[in-house]
Amino acid sequence: MALIVDIEKKLGDFTLTSRFEAGEETLAILGASGCGKSMTLKCIAGIETPDRGYIALDGQVLYDSASKVNLAVRKRGIGYLFQDYALFPNMTVAQNIACGIQNKDSRAEIVDELIGAFFLNGLEKQFPAQLSGGQKQRVALARMLASRPDLLMLDEPFSALDSFLKWQLEQEILKLRDRFSGTILFVSHNRDEVYRLCDRIAVMEDGATQSVLSKTELYHNPQTLSAALLSGCKNISPAKRTGDHSLFAESWNVHLATQQTIPYGLKYVGFRAHQFELANGDSTNILPCRVVRLIDDMFSVILLCMPLDVPPSDDALLRFEMPKSVWETLKEKDTLYFRMPEDQLILMR
Amino acid sequence: MDVSPLLLSLKVAFLSTIFTFVLGILAARLTVTMRKGKGFVDGLFTLPLVLPPTMVGFFLLVIFGKNGLLGGFLKAVGVSVVFTWVGAVIASTVVAFPLMYRTARGAFEQLDENLLHAGRTLGMTEPALFLRVILPNSIPSIMAGAVLAFARALGEFGATIMLAGNIPGRTQTVSVAIYTAVQAGNWELAYKWMLIIFTISFITIIAMNAWTRRASSFGKGGSRAWR
Repeated sequence: MALIVDIEKKLGDFTLTSRFEAGEETLAILGASGCGKSMTLKCIAGIETPDRGYIALDGQVLYDSASKVNLAVRKRGIGYLFQDYALFPNMTVAQNIACGIQNKDSRAEIVDELIGAFFLNGLEKQFPAQLSGGQKQRVALARMLASRPDLLMLDEPFSALDSFLKWQLEQEILKLRDRFSGTILFVSHNRDEVYRLCDRIAVMEDGATQSVLSKTELYHNPQTLSAALLSGCKNISPAKRTGDHSLFAESWNVHLATQQTIPYGLKYVGFRAHQFELANGDSTNILPCRVVRLIDDMFSVILLCMPLDVPPSDDALLRFEMPKSVWETLKEKDTLYFRMPEDQLILMR
Repeated sequence: MDVSPLLLSLKVAFLSTIFTFVLGILAARLTVTMRKGKGFVDGLFTLPLVLPPTMVGFFLLVIFGKNGLLGGFLKAVGVSVVFTWVGAVIASTVVAFPLMYRTARGAFEQLDENLLHAGRTLGMTEPALFLRVILPNSIPSIMAGAVLAFARALGEFGATIMLAGNIPGRTQTVSVAIYTAVQAGNWELAYKWMLIIFTISFITIIAMNAWTRRASSFGKGGSRAWR
């Protein structure tokens, strides 16, 4: 494994416990704001010091509380892309890129190469204040690669961008993956970004890393409540196991059959807002609902529904998404019958 | 009119500005990077600002005087401080120092932390980081501190008269000369000196502001700037 992280750090009443390994891949750390994602990166970079634990990169120990190893930030060989890019305002584009290159003889050559690779030709003598957001990110990426790091860490690089620019910059990151063969850590709270850019995903909740999942696993079998929420699952209810293939969903007051075997210790059941079938009253896994609110989206309709026979509460509220054309055929009905396919239910412990 | 007080004042102010500039920046860097005892050291560095200048002068007299802590050593190497223009430079330097130190420290502390983190991840050493990132990006504040220090040094009176005295042609600066002129009832001379000091101080501040704006623009406000 290229990167091994196993650290603990206490910050007031918040405790960070990060435990994961990454090979030569793009690993995402997915979590809500304030869950400790950035702190994990800072500990790996050496900007923050953990209370105890172990960090190693390509066999070299960066931090080990047992043998009191704590390598200086500048000796760790880590490229860090900051949220605000942190370009040096007093240096031109070329100077920014050059300042990470230790070897004086090859400096000009490397700068030229990176200027070309990131389409910065003509901007060499500009200052960061004169650049657009996209140009700034390209400079930051070039500067990061110039120092020949062994590990790249990208800290929410798209968080403050509009969707068009975001798409362009995502393409830059994808290209970066072609130029860089080592480990890339990508921190984000956005499941779509993560799904497009990464191979595996470490879910983080309340300062602790949960299991590392492949992205298809996260989508189809998130295993924990937090992972299901981060994967974008909108309908979740506390659930009780009633048999090997049957359960009771408490919030919705309904018995459901499942295709997969239900684990002991089942706590929640969920399904995605678009994974339903329309049915009439007499098939299995049926949830009769009335529409509480209709939200008109760009290409689809989002329905907020309340199951019949359930006292109204926010917990019981269900969310369904469907194309506008489908809604046209339903809108006259008082009660809608949604069927949850047995193989699409998400089981969480 | 004897111009020696003006020449002496300018010499003292320039020299002590150079000293406070260097010392203030170094002191600011020291306290910013300190982990323990920061409050104590900061208090010590700021004291000359809050103490009465006469008291600062008295302390300096105790330190640099014949029987002082450094007096004996200085005498042995042939330097005398008390009642010489060197004393005036020392007095002005000490009194102006907190202004330079505090503005520089404020500038260093306000700098975006991520710039420092970025520099370190890129492999920059701490001295390189200081010279190439921290200092250049603090120019406006540092220059403002230098202007304040210069103005303070130019007008220094209390500590100077305690340490350097009031010897016409040797240690009499303009501030001291004004005091002496008023004491002697020579208001005309006092007015002349005041006009001269007023003009110099004002021009210094205007010139420094203009220069600082140019030197720290880094592409901001240029015609091709993005907004």
